[in-house]
Amino acid sequence: MTDENSNNKSNITRRHMLAGMASIPAIAMMGGPLLASDFPTAEVNTTGLAVTDDKVTVGILHSVTGTMAISETGSVQAEKLAIEQINASGGVLGRQIEYIQEDGASDWPTFAEKAKKLLVQDKVASVMGCWTSASRKAVLPVFEQYNGMLYYPTFYEGLEQSPNVIYTGQEATQQIIAGIDWVTETKGAKKFFLLGSDYIWPRTSNKIARKHIEKLGHQVVGEEYYPLGHTQFNSVINKIKLKKPDVIYAIVVGGSNVAFYKQLKAAGIDMTKEKPVLLTISVTEDEILGIGGENINGAYACMKYFQSLDNPNNLEFVKAFKERWGDEIVIGDVTQAAYLGPWLWKMAVEKAGSFDVDKVRIASPGIEFDKAPEGYVKIHDNHHLWSKTRVGLAKTDGQYEMVYETAELVEPDPFPEGYQ
Amino acid sequence: MIGDYTIVEFSSILAMQGFAGLILFSVFVLMALGLAIIFGQMGVINMAHGEFMILGAYVTYFCSLFFESFLPSLYGVYFFVAMILAFFVSGTLGVIVEWALIRHLYKRPLDTLLATWGLSLILQQFYRSVFGAREVGVSLPEWLLGSVALTDIIEVPINGLFVMALTTAITLGVAFIMYKSIWGKKVRAVVQNRTMAGAVGINTKMVDRLTFGLGCGIAGVAGSAFTMIGSTGPTAGQLYIVDTFLVVVFGGAASLLGTIASAFTISQAQSTMEFFMSGSMAKVLTLLTVVGILMLRPQGLFTLKVRK
Amino acid sequence: MKFARLFDKSEWVGFAIIAAVLLIVFPAVIDIFRLNLVGKYLTYAFVAIGLVLCWGMGGILSLGQGIFFGLGGYCMAMFLKLEASTPENTSIQSTPGIPDFMDWNQLTELPWWWQPFNSLPFTLIAIIVVPSILAFIIGQAMFQRRVGGVYFAIITQAIAAILTILIVGQQGYTGGINGITDLRTLLGWDIRTDSAKYVLYFVNVLLLLIVIMLAQFVRISKFGRLLIAMREQEDRVRFSGYSVADFKVFIFCLAAAFSGIGGAMFTLQVGFMSPSFVGIVPSIEMVIFAAVGGRLSIFGAVIGALVVNFAKTTFSETFPELWLFAMGGMFIAVVMAFPNGLAGLYSSYIAPFFKKIGSKPKPATPMENVANSTPKAPAE
Repeated sequence: MTDENSNNKSNITRRHMLAGMASIPAIAMMGGPLLASDFPTAEVNTTGLAVTDDKVTVGILHSVTGTMAISETGSVQAEKLAIEQINASGGVLGRQIEYIQEDGASDWPTFAEKAKKLLVQDKVASVMGCWTSASRKAVLPVFEQYNGMLYYPTFYEGLEQSPNVIYTGQEATQQIIAGIDWVTETKGAKKFFLLGSDYIWPRTSNKIARKHIEKLGHQVVGEEYYPLGHTQFNSVINKIKLKKPDVIYAIVVGGSNVAFYKQLKAAGIDMTKEKPVLLTISVTEDEILGIGGENINGAYACMKYFQSLDNPNNLEFVKAFKERWGDEIVIGDVTQAAYLGPWLWKMAVEKAGSFDVDKVRIASPGIEFDKAPEGYVKIHDNHHLWSKTRVGLAKTDGQYEMVYETAELVEPDPFPEGYQ
Repeated sequence: MIGDYTIVEFSSILAMQGFAGLILFSVFVLMALGLAIIFGQMGVINMAHGEFMILGAYVTYFCSLFFESFLPSLYGVYFFVAMILAFFVSGTLGVIVEWALIRHLYKRPLDTLLATWGLSLILQQFYRSVFGAREVGVSLPEWLLGSVALTDIIEVPINGLFVMALTTAITLGVAFIMYKSIWGKKVRAVVQNRTMAGAVGINTKMVDRLTFGLGCGIAGVAGSAFTMIGSTGPTAGQLYIVDTFLVVVFGGAASLLGTIASAFTISQAQSTMEFFMSGSMAKVLTLLTVVGILMLRPQGLFTLKVRK
Repeated sequence: MKFARLFDKSEWVGFAIIAAVLLIVFPAVIDIFRLNLVGKYLTYAFVAIGLVLCWGMGGILSLGQGIFFGLGGYCMAMFLKLEASTPENTSIQSTPGIPDFMDWNQLTELPWWWQPFNSLPFTLIAIIVVPSILAFIIGQAMFQRRVGGVYFAIITQAIAAILTILIVGQQGYTGGINGITDLRTLLGWDIRTDSAKYVLYFVNVLLLLIVIMLAQFVRISKFGRLLIAMREQEDRVRFSGYSVADFKVFIFCLAAAFSGIGGAMFTLQVGFMSPSFVGIVPSIEMVIFAAVGGRLSIFGAVIGALVVNFAKTTFSETFPELWLFAMGGMFIAVVMAFPNGLAGLYSSYIAPFFKKIGSKPKPATPMENVANSTPKAPAE
């Protein structure tokens, strides 16, 4: 009651404040933390989210059980780290972030169910989560219906642009085009063999790759798909040997990855030699843990982030990550993208001066984050990130050595021409 | 196809493809052998078979870590130690499981299926809680890596050869135990007529227990060998279940020869089809063919007449 | 009246209690979010009831009920997807008017077998008929040749695997691993709103009650008794001149049709369908619903589906890591300690207790020789 009253009374002042707020974040980013008392709860939260005078609740929604736990564990760790760091630096609009973690259990309807719980019951201000496309597709209608905000970390196939999702990973063209340009220019590649696990991301990515390869006037000599979880790749390796491609373009995922690289190596395809070059967009440092550095040594990966990136942001990030989660840990591309989620959300909230999802959405495009481990990133109008494409060379110690990066940030293009 | 390639290339590829089929065959036999013994002996389908294999894989992983830090000079042979350990660890767990679970359910084969499925869930979560959710990379001694080049095109992977040799050895070992040893005689006697076997003084319960242990132990060795070609993680065992069951069922119960013949048929069919079409379709067609044949010949390829 | 004889007195009480709880108590006391979850759980009850008939009574264990659940669900999803893909909604596509995933896969027109799903009556028939036909084919092939027991279980499992690979692989036609998502309206009626969720919940419950009665009708009929006879002594039934295979095919088809209805209701209430319901794991989970509830009890199946899923949700909210231990333990406990599940516990402990204190109710689900009934696999 009193809240409502004061709301009505302070209407004018609030408008006044909102106008003035635009300048606050700039100051805040340079200076000290914001104070919650400058941002009364009633004003920064008009839609009944879980925001109190000193706390704000967000959701973390990943699989910690089931087959996807292998991949999603890193994302959970990164998000928790980011939240802890934000809290240590004063929180969001002076409020400490609390999180509610839910388990998607590698099961898509469970993701939808938990997303709904987070939004409807817990009223979280935003959700960091999902990994596979299937889980994102499952929760998407929920986020759109209940107007939530999802920060989605994985590189993915594109063909999507939701007002309720910020995609902190790359969409397919950001990962593919620059890598193929690089391999044709520096390695003189003309013949490509495309290979992938049989589902939407590899298939869409390979379509984009094929289109680009053919546009460059080169040739695709084979395209193969294997069911998820497939463990026998000797036949396709024979086909590769027969076709003698310059580049093996591999988008194999999950447990199949391990089998593929071990068998490739055993079959005498030495990736450290001049040809064939193996270029992958699906193997991060996380996957190499399972594959074993000696089995993938010499392959190239096209990502936006490698743990070995040599810039001050990243050195600090890697140090903090290892302090928090142990020395043995490795950090892959998606883990880094997951780390961006809470930060980008914080910045959007502070730019908007409000936790309201609609305001955060309006504030999001154009947000620049120069403390990102991958370097400077910026949110595009289409809710994806501008980011650099980098090519790394896999070494025996399980790390990548960056051999190329685009000079400029690559513009995200979730609906590349001919695919919409 | 032959249009694009020279005769030499084509024949080399045929040879290599044949070899790929043989590797797949060995892998199938290794996967299915343990299950076939258990299924043949007691009609129990062990849904946790994949998890017993992964246990062997984890044993191998820890063994490699141990040798790396404490016995680096012997690293080249750690794999053999690991396989033996894997056999005993998985085998022991098998004996315990038989004692705690399976022996109560012999009269209800369908229920063992459910109980062992429950067991597999528990084991998976156990691996995840204890060893972590991420996959582990098992490093191999240098001599197991790489390949032997026979001609310019034909290259034979050494670990493939190793798996084939191992499969042969284990199959021969099992055949010897089953058909030449006293214990094998007892096992066969129990399979053919449990009551009579008991009446002539064979401890049928002990036979059951050890058979189950042997089957699980072989699963452990298979898991250990598969670290060379596949992944090791809490849920990796699930990748194998459908193939394994089909091989066993297709081969027919209680027949070692059946399992081998069925593994051979399925592997050759799959690797040939994989060469001419996409991997997914090859898999679907292989499974469909197997299911189709099973519908025509439900008892599997080979059967053994037994008195129930 | 014949209808009144469908259940005996105590069963009517049980039926009334279930109906009252589902129709009145739940909607009254839990919010729409949880009610929608209950609705989702209840769609599994359709499968579980089918399993009671074919596994509990007939002794046929199918590890592939997800196939039929999925087929029913996909039929519904295809209809809804076509409705959601009007040319206006999909104007950014290169071929407007077809589902988005087809467009991504460069299909330029609707495949012929999608066409009939523009019609709701066809879809409704397909939801029941498509699973039944597949079940008929599988059943004919297997039961006529006297395949049973473990063999049947493994083969159904393999078929589930095949179907999953097919659906995932043919993504241009099926939506692939993501499934068919973003379903919005049914004949213009928005199924995503809270009020629609209420309506769908009640439709779901009513359908479930009808299915319960159908199943009960089968159970008390002569056919139901024959089923049990087949489970216990298949050969004697055969020697008495009955066609065992035909009975088995029929009950398997019936179970498939029930599952199909469940799948369709699932799609409507959850808003999407994906291959993850077709595969091996969900199929086995559905067996555990029936087993926990009591494989011989139709009411038990409903309660089992509710209890297991409720436990799953609660557990995974509080101790996500322990959930699989609990689930695995449940499988083992149900098999080892109380093979007749909750219904068995009720009839061996609670019902006698009621009798003792002098009140009337007999076991809610009188079960043939609970103590020594160990469903056997038909000899192969």
